[in-house]
Amino acid sequence: MSNQDASQFFIEPERYELWSEPSFRFDLERRDFFKLLGAGVVVLFSLPAANAFQESGVGRPRGDTVPQDIGAWLHIGEDGRVTVFTGKVEAGQGSRTELTQVVAEELRTGLETIHLVMGDTALTPFDMGTFGSRTTPTMVPQLRKASAAARELLIDLAAERWKSARNSLRADSGKVLDVTGKKSAAYGELTRGQKLIKTIGDTAPTTPPPEWKVEGREVRKISNRSIVTGQHKYPSDQKRPGILMGRVLRAPAYNSTLSTIDTAKAEAIDGVTVVRDGEFVGVAGPDSARAAQALAGIQASWNTPRQPFAGDLFEYLKSNPVQGTGFGGGGHPTRGSIEEGMAAADKKLTATYTVTYIAHAPLEPRAAVAEWSDGKLTVWTGTQRPFGVREELCQTFRLPDDRVRVIMPDMGSGYGGKHSGEVAIEAARLAKAAGKPVKVVWTREEEFAWAYFRPAGVIEVSTGVKNDGKITAWDFHNYNSGAAGIAPAYDIPNLRVEFHATRYPLRQGSYRGLAATANHFARESQMDEIAHAIGMDPLELRLKNLKDERLRAVLEAAAERSGWGKSKSSPERCFGLSCGFEKGGYIATCAEVAVDHRAGKMKLLRVVEAFECGAIINPDNLKNQIEGAIVQGIGGALFEAIDFENGKILNGRFSRYRVPRFSDVPSIEVVMLDRKDLPSAGAGETPIVGLAPAVANAVFNGTGSRLRSLPLTLEPAKT
Amino acid sequence: MNRVTEIYLNGAVHRLDVDPERSLLSVLREELDLTGTKYGCGEGQCGACTVLLDGQSVRSCMTAVGSVSGKQITTIEGLEKDGRLHPLQEAFLKVDAMQCGYCTAGMIMSGAALLRRTPRPTRQEILRFMEGNICRCGTYTRIIKAIEMAAATAKEGQ
Repeated sequence: MSNQDASQFFIEPERYELWSEPSFRFDLERRDFFKLLGAGVVVLFSLPAANAFQESGVGRPRGDTVPQDIGAWLHIGEDGRVTVFTGKVEAGQGSRTELTQVVAEELRTGLETIHLVMGDTALTPFDMGTFGSRTTPTMVPQLRKASAAARELLIDLAAERWKSARNSLRADSGKVLDVTGKKSAAYGELTRGQKLIKTIGDTAPTTPPPEWKVEGREVRKISNRSIVTGQHKYPSDQKRPGILMGRVLRAPAYNSTLSTIDTAKAEAIDGVTVVRDGEFVGVAGPDSARAAQALAGIQASWNTPRQPFAGDLFEYLKSNPVQGTGFGGGGHPTRGSIEEGMAAADKKLTATYTVTYIAHAPLEPRAAVAEWSDGKLTVWTGTQRPFGVREELCQTFRLPDDRVRVIMPDMGSGYGGKHSGEVAIEAARLAKAAGKPVKVVWTREEEFAWAYFRPAGVIEVSTGVKNDGKITAWDFHNYNSGAAGIAPAYDIPNLRVEFHATRYPLRQGSYRGLAATANHFARESQMDEIAHAIGMDPLELRLKNLKDERLRAVLEAAAERSGWGKSKSSPERCFGLSCGFEKGGYIATCAEVAVDHRAGKMKLLRVVEAFECGAIINPDNLKNQIEGAIVQGIGGALFEAIDFENGKILNGRFSRYRVPRFSDVPSIEVVMLDRKDLPSAGAGETPIVGLAPAVANAVFNGTGSRLRSLPLTLEPAKT
Repeated sequence: MNRVTEIYLNGAVHRLDVDPERSLLSVLREELDLTGTKYGCGEGQCGACTVLLDGQSVRSCMTAVGSVSGKQITTIEGLEKDGRLHPLQEAFLKVDAMQCGYCTAGMIMSGAALLRRTPRPTRQEILRFMEGNICRCGTYTRIIKAIEMAAATAKEGQ
């Protein structure tokens, strides 16, 4: 592989679709549960064998009494307090609140009595990571079942104590009561002196959604008071006694090699440790100012090879195919015959769409505090994959996994951008050399340049349609951006959708919704092009080719709320829509856009988005996620784009890279369809996919200009 | 320039000994353990590090600690008065105007500065004043609602 592209970084798109080697080991032994939390009752959720591999990795036998394939566990103490352990993490998406609700619901106890320990590799069971909208469909059912089983266990204890019939007892408000109302015992009384461990499986019965009292309700963010008072400690806020601040020397561009280096000036600064280990050069000092001074004192020269620039991006992707599988490619639906479908068509269309590289830019950059003690390493860091970071640390420092602990304090967001553990390794390397705890917080410029981007892509689409609106052929090829959401939900007899892996010039990886954003942009733009070609209303065309009732329901809900068809698009005020399905969520988006032709500018005036993801667990949190996804989507739709040349990011700071701000936000109306009869799906990602095509379609409907590249840009009118 | 040996912070005098060139942000976070004020960009573009200086909002990442002598600094930790949250903190809780919450302190400090200057801001005044604060989670609509709610609360209280 050439070193002139970034493919070697091994951050493949949609990496979570690939299985990484499981590194599962459940550290706690039976007696440890009670050593850690005192006497009480422990319930372990044992994963079904198939899930164990999928969600937790394969257990490695330790010859102990604790099952190896634990998904989550909880403890009810002698004070009635409930402590829940899950490998999922909280990055602002609301998992802590949602999971607390689930436990409160089944345990029939107050939210305030429940505490979640999340993403701590020494305490929580192995988890692949918090991504792919998997917390709701996988962790919610596990905690529901564990909590329901714990409740039943408490009822058993009361029945035994009172010599009562089990069915004469019920749990309510943190107590077990008998039907006569004469006897009651708080959970803490029942657990006193107990050392019970119950392991439950996938079959434990739970409360049906129509009977929910805590789930299905608006519950405010659990940690909100500590946030508004500035007390919550994010990863970058962690502190240890004697801590030093670390900085790392960065190359000026990707694929650079160190030519010469002189660290004498940095070493002369009082209290500063300089580390040179291969290509790694870093400093640690008593405060950030001295660390920065030391870093600035290092004289280094680098060799940088020639590399692609932003203007060549799409040509580069098209002309650098990668043979073979991987990268989420292959295995996508093919049916019928494209040739026959095209032959049956009255109109044939061909178009190429592109999406460029954009950055997650989480407001809290990557941060880690590392501490070595007795040959053991503890790292507090912001990551969506604490167990993945532990694995990276184990490999880097050649340590067994029981000597490395990664703790993930609720962090300042990720959006798919914090899967990798570079900053943890950097802090650990510096701490090892300095003999003291070290904190490394990436600067904004480092976060832009040395994290990874949403993959750029080229999408080629050819379609055929009959004059009555029936689509007869759909041929869809995505180069590099990814396979997520690539298959249309439309009922098309002749279909071919393919993802083509290519070499790529920048570090790239997961981003909220993955390639579903790019694929929906291309697909839903193409749908409007088809509608235009045969003179049919875009909503009518979609409904004509759509059998999926859930998707039809959101599309009709969004169209109705937005008043679709009531106002005609004009060149200055345009209306567009899109719809789609991904990760268990159904979405339809209507956008109203104002176009200033003289300035060549678009402004979103109003967005109506209908969303359905099964039974809603927390309506306000869901609404918050949908609103946030729409706003984040505005950036990728209208202005975010990474500029680069020769391996160097040219606009990697907020003064040069525009993200959505207050004045960019339109009026947002969210329509949530609650399906209590269906399992809940995650909602952190899919609500982002509808905005870009809805805006592009609006501009087309109003102006006739078909914008096929993200970000969408209009040329200012010539005067 | 002389070293900075005391600052007026959240209603009290704090003794310290730091280089006057250091950013107020790094001194708050590293020397005084006040980590509610956040780093986001280091160039005054995101507002995460906003604090009040004599009631005016400033970006602490761009403010040398040597330039704040004699001025009253208020950080998010000092906004609570006598155990009561500032009306804007209360409004953030009511509206759930956050997701990850990393921008929240800066948003509240900027919003508090706005309300101090303009107790009943129009929607346009809110947008203009808050434009320098970034929320990557996209909770802007909720933050606007919280500022409007806090303005209404203050009005009722008069």
